[in-house]
Amino acid sequence: MSEIQMPRLSDTMEEGVISTWVKNVGDKVASGDVLVEIETDKAVMEYEAYEDGYLVKQSVSEGDTVPIGAVIGVIADSPDAVPEDSGDGGEEKHAAPPKEEQAEKAEDLKEAAEGTEAEAGKPAEPAGAPAPSGDDEAPRPRTSPLARRLAREYGLDITKIRGSGPKGRIVRADIEAAREGGAAQETPHTVEAKEEAKPAAEKAVTAPSFDDGRDSEELKVSNVRKVIARRLTESKQTVPHFYLRRTIDAEALKAFRAQINEQLSSTGVKVSFNDLIVKACATTLKLHPAVNTSWVDDKLLQHGRVNVGVAVAVDAGLVVPVLHDTDKATLSEISTRTRELAGKARDGKLKPQEMSGGTFSVSNLGMFGVDSFSAVINPPEAAILAVGAMRQEPVVVDGEVAVRNRISLELSVDHRAVDGAVGAAFLKDLAEILEEPMRIIL
Amino acid sequence: MSVITYRQALRDTLRAEMVRDENVLVMGEEIGVFEGSYKITEGLLKEFGPRRVKDTPIAEEGFVGAAVGAAMLGLRPVVELMTINFSLIAIDQIINHAAKIYGMFGGQSSVPMVIRTPGGGGQQLGATHSQNIELFYSFIPGLKVLAPSTPAEASEMLRAAIRDDDPVLFLENLGLYNSKGEVADDYAEPDNDSVATIGRAKVTREGSDITLIGYSRMAMVAGQVAEKLAEEDIDVEVVDLRCLRPLDRQTFVDSVKKTGAAVICEDDWLTYGIGAEIAASIQEGAFDYLDAPVRRVAMAEVPMPYAKPLETAALPSVESISTAIKETLSAVGKRVG
Amino acid sequence: MADTAKPKGRTAARSSGTRRRGRKDTSPGLADEKPDTLLDYYRQMVFVRRFEERTAQAYTQARIGGYCHLNLGEEATVVGLMTALRESDYLFTNYRDHGYAIGKGMDPKRVMAELYGRTDGVSKGWGGSMHMFDTETRMLGGYGIVGGQLPLAAGAALAISYRGGDEVVMCQMGDGTTNIGAWHETLNIAKLWDLPIVFVVVNNFTGMGTTVERSSAEPDLYKRGAAFRIEGERVDGRDVLAVRDTAARLVERAREEQTPFLLEAWSYRMKGHSVVDPAKYRTDEQKDEARSEENDPIALFGEKLTREGILTDELRDEIAASVKAEVAEAAEFAENSPHPEVSTLFDYTYATPVPNESTRMPADPVFAE
Repeated sequence: MSEIQMPRLSDTMEEGVISTWVKNVGDKVASGDVLVEIETDKAVMEYEAYEDGYLVKQSVSEGDTVPIGAVIGVIADSPDAVPEDSGDGGEEKHAAPPKEEQAEKAEDLKEAAEGTEAEAGKPAEPAGAPAPSGDDEAPRPRTSPLARRLAREYGLDITKIRGSGPKGRIVRADIEAAREGGAAQETPHTVEAKEEAKPAAEKAVTAPSFDDGRDSEELKVSNVRKVIARRLTESKQTVPHFYLRRTIDAEALKAFRAQINEQLSSTGVKVSFNDLIVKACATTLKLHPAVNTSWVDDKLLQHGRVNVGVAVAVDAGLVVPVLHDTDKATLSEISTRTRELAGKARDGKLKPQEMSGGTFSVSNLGMFGVDSFSAVINPPEAAILAVGAMRQEPVVVDGEVAVRNRISLELSVDHRAVDGAVGAAFLKDLAEILEEPMRIIL
Repeated sequence: MSVITYRQALRDTLRAEMVRDENVLVMGEEIGVFEGSYKITEGLLKEFGPRRVKDTPIAEEGFVGAAVGAAMLGLRPVVELMTINFSLIAIDQIINHAAKIYGMFGGQSSVPMVIRTPGGGGQQLGATHSQNIELFYSFIPGLKVLAPSTPAEASEMLRAAIRDDDPVLFLENLGLYNSKGEVADDYAEPDNDSVATIGRAKVTREGSDITLIGYSRMAMVAGQVAEKLAEEDIDVEVVDLRCLRPLDRQTFVDSVKKTGAAVICEDDWLTYGIGAEIAASIQEGAFDYLDAPVRRVAMAEVPMPYAKPLETAALPSVESISTAIKETLSAVGKRVG
Repeated sequence: MADTAKPKGRTAARSSGTRRRGRKDTSPGLADEKPDTLLDYYRQMVFVRRFEERTAQAYTQARIGGYCHLNLGEEATVVGLMTALRESDYLFTNYRDHGYAIGKGMDPKRVMAELYGRTDGVSKGWGGSMHMFDTETRMLGGYGIVGGQLPLAAGAALAISYRGGDEVVMCQMGDGTTNIGAWHETLNIAKLWDLPIVFVVVNNFTGMGTTVERSSAEPDLYKRGAAFRIEGERVDGRDVLAVRDTAARLVERAREEQTPFLLEAWSYRMKGHSVVDPAKYRTDEQKDEARSEENDPIALFGEKLTREGILTDELRDEIAASVKAEVAEAAEFAENSPHPEVSTLFDYTYATPVPNESTRMPADPVFAE
């Protein structure tokens, strides 16, 4: 008899949802069989059995969330084996903390980990993070627990405060001084922001109150939704966005696309406008490595690879599969790969590595008729391109009013990593490439 | 209000309880004809006679155990152990019997008895007569351990101990017997019902810079330290534990949350001592409020020497406690004189 | 001081002497006895025997845990002593206490339930084998620390004396107890304070595995009260009537004279020190001796009653059957009694509740929300 525990299936996973039980109670199980599909914070993952036997118990129902390590089922040698269950209620109560408590503990652990690790170590969600550049080795500042708590409460970055205590220990007095003097405080660190958000979040968990006169009820929220909420809040609150807009003439792009698709007609591959834009972004990023960067924990990281993420809306929420080495891929490869990833995204089958490591993202809402919009940066990327719908518009061409197909682009940029002029130069080249689409593939 | 000694508070309260309750009797070595080694039972034999004031042979295990047995039948014996060092001879009866009988037999018989005993060094009594081993008893569920530091507390806590249905180890201190303090005018009245709450510590002096925690004689010394440091503009909050079991952790943890720093002063040895439990509780209850490590001021870890300079050096003092406080405060950036 | 059937020296060479004692009937005659009373003693002894055998069985089936010491071989002592006490008299014993608990009047079902650690146990499952206790029948405890019960018993006698009551305290112990400090301190105090108490040393010649000769400088244990001017007597603990008569005499003298007495009752421990003790320190000869019919109090008394025509074969079988049924009923009762709820874990730490009593479970934080 052995217990199956909620596995850790992603680096940031703290809890998982039982998506589908593939094996039912009583089923024979061989090592390597898929037992259950589990929705992590990133994707739905298949989880295989480690041993032969029979699934004699499903401790967690489909749709329910439990923390890593919680028992989700039991495998036994015989299909009739009775799993040891709650014998004495009282004992059980003390033996296993309630789910909520475990979840809270996991949360605490997570917070602690985030408080100590360099931010580079935490891949952004849904896209991935650049490899840490050794800065997670940085010594943790010597500080009293009180100083640490106050820094958190005041939203101060404790790593920027000089300690006056023994061996440089940061003590309350240093925090108070930093608060009064404004010290070397810059933007509040993301860690603090997250920590600050924690009590409120906890309150919501422990004491939900929907008696707000709006006849509200709590909906079950997927892990993907939670991660989106957390990461994008973090992005909007901690990343100083600025926005650059430009409308391009898409006539040439349209013609180029038609030409390519004609050539590819025998292969069944059909290149979309978005595929062209994605590839154009990769080409432009090669020309502007300053945009292919990340600002992480006071450090600017230059990425050697160009990995463009493509935002895909699925039922669970927004996910951003990543086309690795986009600059090196052909248009047909991009097209094929994007469809494949989008399909997996809709099925919730994306693997963590297919969603991590992005260096730039493209979000296209043109198909919904959106003219233009401002996208939220997907940290730790430095920029994201928002693409609107292609529209026929009257424009002046060579001194005459003409009707042309045009697309509105808007680039959201992390000002910490990229200045306005750098961003503008990038957008200028991107626009020109799209207007002379042969350059996309050159 | 009148001002009396700790000794007199104990003696008069004991007498009052004997008047109040026929079931109260006192037992111990030299408590009757001799009137007590430290004169806590002075005059009681004369007033109550040998039935209720029982001189015992030098047989701690025998008479402490006899008190336990008498308590099981409903008497309320108050046993005097001449010093806490002698409790070691009775420790089987205290730990294996007095503390266990209520639980071991499923609550059928309580053991309403009090063991009064002084601890304390500093009197040049040498290695076997200067120990503070209240820790042994504070460790044991089933016992209650009280450690009053003032005459008023001694009176109210002794009354509480006698009226409590559980075995109580009532810790006195040689260094406190002559200390004086205010007591209520009716402290010696048999119908006085002002009884201390067992299981509560007390903030005996409010302050904002640091929390100083002590019990028994050390609570008194802590008060002196606070007064002295106040002159140097250091604002010490003093917590008197009063009761070592059950231990009121919340009171000192709340204090530490306010001040951010703590020093514990204890008359026992440091390693595994009472202060270790207090410090552990502080880190668990006030971790995020600590601005400096918790410091303990405790006895030097040696068998207590007889020679005065050695004995003095081995014991915590106003000076050594003050030093620990100043070091702690300077580490958190507070100005110290 | 009487010196009946002195069990000095238990080497193989002397064991014939024991056998001779076994043959020689020095016990009180049956002329003045009521047959029903005698049969009742017999039944009680058989009951203790059967109860202890059932206890051993339950122990090996892991229904009973911990230490478990049996009264096998000392049934006559148990019944004789308990018969000598009034209901209002108090009893303190050591850890070999099952028979005494039953003999003092406790319901055997509840004694068995205590062995099983169940809520219907006399101590609600908090004590187990060594800690039978019942205020109603005034059995104030079996105690696990050798000698621990002596000062307590003296204290109970002190309380009786303090209030001028007419109860007596009986304090049972094993032969090894006469060497511990509490023995000396308590006997001294008891005599000094004129306490109505009878100390009973149940001498089975072995303190665990150490013989009396190897542990007591004065192996005539009944003499060991002499230093305190406490009168002592020895009685053949295999003989229920002799035990009853001697004990009753000393108990009544303690009541009348308000002074302590000492009684040594010798008998054989049929098995090891406890259920799990294979008694390898005994030679085969010694084992045979301990288990021989000549030393078996039930066989001896049964034979006597049969000789007098009081106990017929039919009656013997009837008693055996009814005892067996009653013991089986006790075991079934124990088996069916509920285990204590974990929620009651903190119910008996203190009699008077006070603030800040700990109710923390092992992994709980000290500061629970």
